[in-house]
Amino acid sequence: MSATLFEKIWTNHVVTDRDDESLIYVDRVLLQENSFHAFDKIRREQRSVRNPAQAFAFSDHYVPTRNRELGLGGITDPEIRNMVELIASDTDAYGIELFGIGHDYQGILHVVGPEYGITQPGLVIAGADSHTSTHGALGAYAFGIGSSEVAHVLATQTLWRSKPRTLQITVTGERQPGVSSKDLILYLIRTIGSGGAVGYAVEYTGDTIEQLSIEARMTVCNMSIEAGARAGLIAPDEKTFDYMRGKPLIPTGSAWDQAMQHWQTLKTDDQATFDRDVRIDATAIVPQVTWGTNPEMVVDVTGTIPDPAKENDLERRARMERALEYMGLQPDQSIQSIPLDRVFIGSCTNSRLEDLRIAARVMDGQTCRLPTMIVPGSEQVKRAAEAEGLHQIFENAGAEWLAPGCSMCVAINGDKLGPGERAASTSNRNFEGRQGQGGRTHLVSPAMAAAAAITGQFDNISNYSEARSWNL
Amino acid sequence: MEPLVTLKATAAPLRLANVNTDQLFPARFIKKPRAVGYAQYLFHDIRRNGASELDQNFSLNQARFSDAKVIVAGANFGSGSSREGAVYALYDAGFRALFAPSFGEIFASNCLKNGILTAKLDQPTIDAIQSLLLSSDDASVIVDINSETLTLPSGESISLTLDPFQKHCLINGLNEIDLSLEFHDAISAFEATYRQQYPWISS
Repeated sequence: MSATLFEKIWTNHVVTDRDDESLIYVDRVLLQENSFHAFDKIRREQRSVRNPAQAFAFSDHYVPTRNRELGLGGITDPEIRNMVELIASDTDAYGIELFGIGHDYQGILHVVGPEYGITQPGLVIAGADSHTSTHGALGAYAFGIGSSEVAHVLATQTLWRSKPRTLQITVTGERQPGVSSKDLILYLIRTIGSGGAVGYAVEYTGDTIEQLSIEARMTVCNMSIEAGARAGLIAPDEKTFDYMRGKPLIPTGSAWDQAMQHWQTLKTDDQATFDRDVRIDATAIVPQVTWGTNPEMVVDVTGTIPDPAKENDLERRARMERALEYMGLQPDQSIQSIPLDRVFIGSCTNSRLEDLRIAARVMDGQTCRLPTMIVPGSEQVKRAAEAEGLHQIFENAGAEWLAPGCSMCVAINGDKLGPGERAASTSNRNFEGRQGQGGRTHLVSPAMAAAAAITGQFDNISNYSEARSWNL
Repeated sequence: MEPLVTLKATAAPLRLANVNTDQLFPARFIKKPRAVGYAQYLFHDIRRNGASELDQNFSLNQARFSDAKVIVAGANFGSGSSREGAVYALYDAGFRALFAPSFGEIFASNCLKNGILTAKLDQPTIDAIQSLLLSSDDASVIVDINSETLTLPSGESISLTLDPFQKHCLINGLNEIDLSLEFHDAISAFEATYRQQYPWISS
């Protein structure tokens, strides 16, 4: 019988069914500092951790991006320091591997997972973070869970799930110069809305998706949750297999051959159908910028701030008015006229080597007009970037080259916007207060953020003559 | 987990769509231990709207809704992050039932794990209930999980569609881990076969 990629993975992991729910086997669970509630629950209920080797923990949300060489001593805030210490003591107590400060593979869980080979096609991966959808870029069924479910996986290696419906998002056509996978996913969220994919497991297909690098695919899957989808998948192909080869947890020799036999079956059958289909024409997309306080509030870089008065839906109009008030913007103001205060390049959405390469090409030989933070997603990304001399380009331009972590995407490690400060950010959420109380966020691609750092405002990078050679 | 069978309580309307977990529970409070009580952080910033004083336009700040245990909200309620603190904050503030046209999926899962009902009603029904709660003196409703009904202050009864698993967990106050451990043998059998078939995953 024909099946979609998602259905194949699902069927492969059902332990048992009850009513409309299935007990699903979880291959790997990803933890971060905020998982302390889960460990508290395990302790309080006197549970044991069933398979510690199938859990991986990361210090990323609270680690400082400055003074990293001081280790824990570099964290002055006692509450923040406590969080970094807690994940270390909890994982130590239960024999779970921690990618902590000082580890060669420390970094954001969604950057390290793929680069360490934790992420593989066909796996069910549950993560203590909503952006666990990122791992779907390699053909895994990966989704975020809360603390109670983390405790459930730790104790049982399973989760109860009702089977999501399937949604195919087909993206076709050649992109314009300077249009990255970030622009694709922002455009998609703008099109279907931030609740547009609630209840669905999304599979991204089409020649535009196939053409994307694995890192670019991660950016797309990462923001699936911003459209409401808990999981977004892309079928593994030769690019996926090339990407994985040689990573620490990826099998080698005959085990690789055996794995390949399985991985090559992980694609949607020709006759399979989805519960819903959405088609996106990539040729029409220009660089995208968010103007409001929800990732669906997106316009073209060449566009203007929408006018709530022209919105007939009263509830929607009220939301637009509230967003404009928070953002300090006026209807019909052009996007390129908005004066910016700061730039943040980082987060699990856009902090990988290819993101930093593009940012460096834009900044090479230029001077930043705005305070600019560049936070690589992992220790490995940082080292690779430094081996290519990218850090020198950034520092010569006056940008700060920092240590890996979530940093100002979620603004709980001390890196944050001040009230009223306006940032161009490569992260994933522009919610009120997300990057600091009163802070104003515009989500953009790495190239757009780098250009904003240089010019102090949003520029249509599609017009840059060199944009054709960026290989986005 | 506290069982939830019937609930007679004040319902508060929240006429906002896309209320996200950062609004429910700002990220800077995640590091607080649960023992401090999370009610103080619920809607912390949105209910002040940038000022230090509580905004009286925010329904949950109004005296008539101060003892509410039910929220009737806009679409996509609880979108965003997986932080369960958003649910702990609702729980600690006394909330046990939430109605909206749709919910953030991770948030809805987290609610169920804490004995909070999330039930979907279509937008026109939500609009009508919100208007009723705002206009009538009496904002008390009855939620009955067994009969799957929500009874409004007007006496009108609205049927709910709860999934059987959700209903079972709520009524019995079930700790899901205990339920799942009853399947211990099935999990072990599955695992043994799985590891044999895909040996590279666990080696």
